[in-house]
Amino acid sequence: MKDPALVRLVGGILALLVVASAVGAVLARKARSEAARAKVANLNARIRAWWLMVGVFTIAVWTGGIGSIVLFALMSVLALREFVTLAPTRREDHRTLVWSFFVVTPLQYLLIAIRWYGLFAIMIPVYAFVLVAVSNVIAGRTDRFLERTATIHWGLMVCVYCVSHAPALLILQIPGYRSNAKLLVFLVLVVQLSDVLQYVFGKLFGRHRIAPVISPNKTWEGFLGGVIAASGIGTALWWATPFTPAEALAMSIAITLAGFAGGLVMSAIKRDRGVKDYGALIAGHGGMLDRIDSLCFAAPVFFHLTRYFFTP
Amino acid sequence: MIAGLLASLARLVSGASVFFLSGPPDTRQRIYFANHTSHLDFVVLWSALPAPVREGTRPVAARDYWERGALRRYLSEKVFRAVLIGRGGTGSVAEARTTIERLVAEMGDRSSLIVFPEGTRGSGEEVAPFKSGLYHLCRQKPGVELLPVYLDNLNRILPKGEMLPVPMLSRVVFGRSMLLAPEETKRRFLERARDAVCALRDP
Repeated sequence: MKDPALVRLVGGILALLVVASAVGAVLARKARSEAARAKVANLNARIRAWWLMVGVFTIAVWTGGIGSIVLFALMSVLALREFVTLAPTRREDHRTLVWSFFVVTPLQYLLIAIRWYGLFAIMIPVYAFVLVAVSNVIAGRTDRFLERTATIHWGLMVCVYCVSHAPALLILQIPGYRSNAKLLVFLVLVVQLSDVLQYVFGKLFGRHRIAPVISPNKTWEGFLGGVIAASGIGTALWWATPFTPAEALAMSIAITLAGFAGGLVMSAIKRDRGVKDYGALIAGHGGMLDRIDSLCFAAPVFFHLTRYFFTP
Repeated sequence: MIAGLLASLARLVSGASVFFLSGPPDTRQRIYFANHTSHLDFVVLWSALPAPVREGTRPVAARDYWERGALRRYLSEKVFRAVLIGRGGTGSVAEARTTIERLVAEMGDRSSLIVFPEGTRGSGEEVAPFKSGLYHLCRQKPGVELLPVYLDNLNRILPKGEMLPVPMLSRVVFGRSMLLAPEETKRRFLERARDAVCALRDP
């Protein structure tokens, strides 16, 4: 890591985790009742998982482009497996799923590695769209054809296409700005802080439910508090980005709003399938898709806003 | 070592979460029986067992499948130490009796077995009626506990007739052990065993 701004950014995240762990330790000592103890234990499990996730993410960013690409590719695979497990696919969809996992997903990340933006941007929306439908036709089963086909393509769009826009930030060429890893850290940090802060504000002040049918834990107080606080932090990090403070604020708001929408949409799917979490991969957090649901929507929006306004 | 690696690989591909309704099994001799929907079934069930238990547990598998090709033969002989039995055949009583006698002999007084009493792989939606082999085996080995296991979603990971698995998530649910009751009829026992597997679908 030669870039001092990146070192400061990562140092700040680690400092934040130290504080969180300290608070967690104090709370654990103070908790008296059984319910409070369970709550604090869950909080501390989440904080420990954050250490692991930040560690993995830091190592990936440290190794430069290829580490981040591999990490996000793995995240896509894990997310897609959780998605497909819940999706109502049938035996006849098997070949299509094999294509999705073993060809489409690696190819999408390979295109980032070889910096072929043109194909990266259309491979899944155009070619995988055709491939999934044709492959399902060849399988020759027509009942619920549209549902099965659309579900698989939707899974590819959310888990692979959308997520791949995070490491794709690394191949944007922004005049006067070097080492795009900071941009990736900025995106992930604002998205995840927004999630955490919405949870914290919701727990502290939550009164009015924002979408009771879809996600009973989300409140207006949590939403506003989280979005405002995370956007404030994003603005304060303008020095690590190619943006002015005002632009950093606008970008942060876009990230947090898209992230919130992503969380709601993924919750709606979970409710429809009658489960609480997509998996049990990360202690206290549920599955991969539970952790990155906000990123799924925020990454492509942030990528294209940055690309449209800040690259020639 | 190869067994350990293979077990880890099976766990990775099948994304299996394992549930033990009455705690992880010990190394006592047992007969594990499960629903059968995929070629992955016994490998995943076997990999879900704690390592010391796994070492003493042998799957009962089809000879015609596992004796084809050097790799399959190596795996079934050296790694899984599978008990290979013929299927199809004439279906005569004498033949069935020989098979049961072989199973009993291979079990000795230490080895556990993994059996799939449906006989053949099903579609995954329904558990087929159990074949009578399980009953006759229990008659020969009274006192050996039976442990029902439900394997969930493996048929979607590797359906019949497919070569490549799709790495979805699956579940392996170990139920509570049961015994053949002294006066129990064949039909009653097989129904009870099948119900025990089905009951684990939504634990």
